[in-house]
Amino acid sequence: MTYAQAARLALQQEMERDPTVWALGEDLGPEGGTAGQYLGLQQQFGKHRIVDTPISESMIMGAAIGAAMCGTRPVVELRYADFAICAADEIVNQAAKVRYMLGGQVRVPAVIRQPIGMRDGMAAQHSQSTEAWWIHIPGLVVVTPATPADNHALLKSAIRCDDPVIYMEHKELWNVAGEVDAAAYPMPFGTAGIMHEGSDITIVTWSSMVAVSLAAAAKLAAQGCGAEVIDLRTLWPWDRAAVIKSVAKTGRLLVVHEAVRSGGFGGEIVAEIAEHMFGSLKTAPRRLAAPRTPIPFSEPLENQCRIADDQIVAAALEMIE
Amino acid sequence: MTATQAPTVERVYGMFLTMLLIRAFDEAAGQARRDGKLRGSVHEYIGEEAIATGVCANLLKTDYLSSYHRGHGHCLAKGADPVAMMKELYGKAGGVCGGKGGSMHVADFSLGILGANGVVADGVTMAVGAAQAVKLRGENRVVVAFFGDGALNRGPMLEALNWARIFDLPVVFVCEDNAYSDKTRTSSVTGGPGALARAAAFGIPAETIDGNDVLAVDAAASRLIGDVRAGRGPRFLHARTYRWRGHLAWDRGLYRDPAEVARGTADDPIARTAAWLNSHGVSSASIAGEREEATARIEAAIAAAEAAPWPDVKTLFDDVQDIGAPTWQ
Repeated sequence: MTYAQAARLALQQEMERDPTVWALGEDLGPEGGTAGQYLGLQQQFGKHRIVDTPISESMIMGAAIGAAMCGTRPVVELRYADFAICAADEIVNQAAKVRYMLGGQVRVPAVIRQPIGMRDGMAAQHSQSTEAWWIHIPGLVVVTPATPADNHALLKSAIRCDDPVIYMEHKELWNVAGEVDAAAYPMPFGTAGIMHEGSDITIVTWSSMVAVSLAAAAKLAAQGCGAEVIDLRTLWPWDRAAVIKSVAKTGRLLVVHEAVRSGGFGGEIVAEIAEHMFGSLKTAPRRLAAPRTPIPFSEPLENQCRIADDQIVAAALEMIE
Repeated sequence: MTATQAPTVERVYGMFLTMLLIRAFDEAAGQARRDGKLRGSVHEYIGEEAIATGVCANLLKTDYLSSYHRGHGHCLAKGADPVAMMKELYGKAGGVCGGKGGSMHVADFSLGILGANGVVADGVTMAVGAAQAVKLRGENRVVVAFFGDGALNRGPMLEALNWARIFDLPVVFVCEDNAYSDKTRTSSVTGGPGALARAAAFGIPAETIDGNDVLAVDAAASRLIGDVRAGRGPRFLHARTYRWRGHLAWDRGLYRDPAEVARGTADDPIARTAAWLNSHGVSSASIAGEREEATARIEAAIAAAEAAPWPDVKTLFDDVQDIGAPTWQ
């Protein structure tokens, strides 16, 4: 089952289980979303529960917030993280804060899907990875699934969560296939996955960079270096304990993400580890991430913004030497 | 209860009491802000009381409303407790939002109040969303979105009108047109003929009324809310009024001609209602007694708010979120 099909299955299961779950966004009906992640659901659940909306991101988000406050669980499809910025006011000023501002009288159980990342030359307004923006906002949960199984189990958790969840699928992962247990329980947020064990260096990553980091770990293993690859899965909350435990073993921390390095979440992870484990580190922590440029269209230019497994291998070897 | 063509004295008397309570509340809150007894924004609703009162007289407890920064009147008209509200304005324990929100976020959700709001027009999109939930759940509720004329120029407002129409949602848009967008005359920054035309452009039946005439508001609200409750889709009420005070309790008012302010404040919705009651057999002594009663009630609310303890600072982290909630470090 692909990453897109896994998400579709999770939504279908949750909609069958709970009649208050519904989805809204552009082109969800016949077209089934940008990647078929809603395919056939409108036929199964009707136009009132899989709602095709106008191109009105503010209102899509406002509708979800109002409806979430009044006894339903909306799943918002914003199609591209870049377009979620059109609804940033509603997400930041309302969804994230209503519960707090009203002193806990009401909650906003909404899932806000906004796929991230570079894919197939979509250029500067359809390729961004903006996860760090949302992590900065108190009240939001931020989820970045890397595998079909996680996209299934984490989307279930997101739909059952009583607080707003920023759910960031990666566009380049839509067609990636993997094992999915349809009966899997929702996965608790803040539980990282140890994707590859090793005792020489800890590589912390998420989303599309998990597979790239695993490829790097295989190459490192061939050279006798043990890389421990941690997929954080959720960035807020993030599994600080798992990272601390691993770095306590390896003494080396490398964070890899597709988002721009400056102000990226890698900086927060490095800072936390440096503050709490400075004496345990064998070398300075490092970050591998995109340069601070808009994502360019032309393929060789775009490739300059991507982190390749060989870069990870090179950085790891430098840190271990 | 809905208005008939000739409202009863009892009904008008009830609305008069609500207007008096709103007036006394905002007179006291504004003064407390000017005296430095409370912090933050206080946007007084003085002069506009007839709109919240006349509209909410046609709502049930189970109906929803959303408000905006000038929101005290809507909460009081929906039945919120003025003591818990005043404590909220003072940031005290026992405030209706635990002191987390203050004037701009005051809300009693148990009365269907989705909240005052600090961002212009955001409450409108949320009200439309509430209406979508009502329709999805098959409930018999009406949602009212209150907003000022300044909101007409925000994009989300236009998205909301379109959305309510295409999904045929049970929502009444109530534009409280006090002629000012913050400190700028709305007509000077608005293209086209204004509120009614905006509603008409989206195919939403709309009417303009004298928002300082509580009987007119009541009658129009009764019609429009009745239509919505009957499943006829969204409606729009454009109520003309005048904001007696500044945008905020402390603004200097340099942008308004004193002659205009004198004309605007001469048209007092409360005095007009008092005159109507007087002409329908209610004595001047009764009316004066009710004014004193409202003032006394709010004085007691102020005293309770001033005497109330501060919130426990440990509540800082309450209700941020369940998972990933912050803690003391």
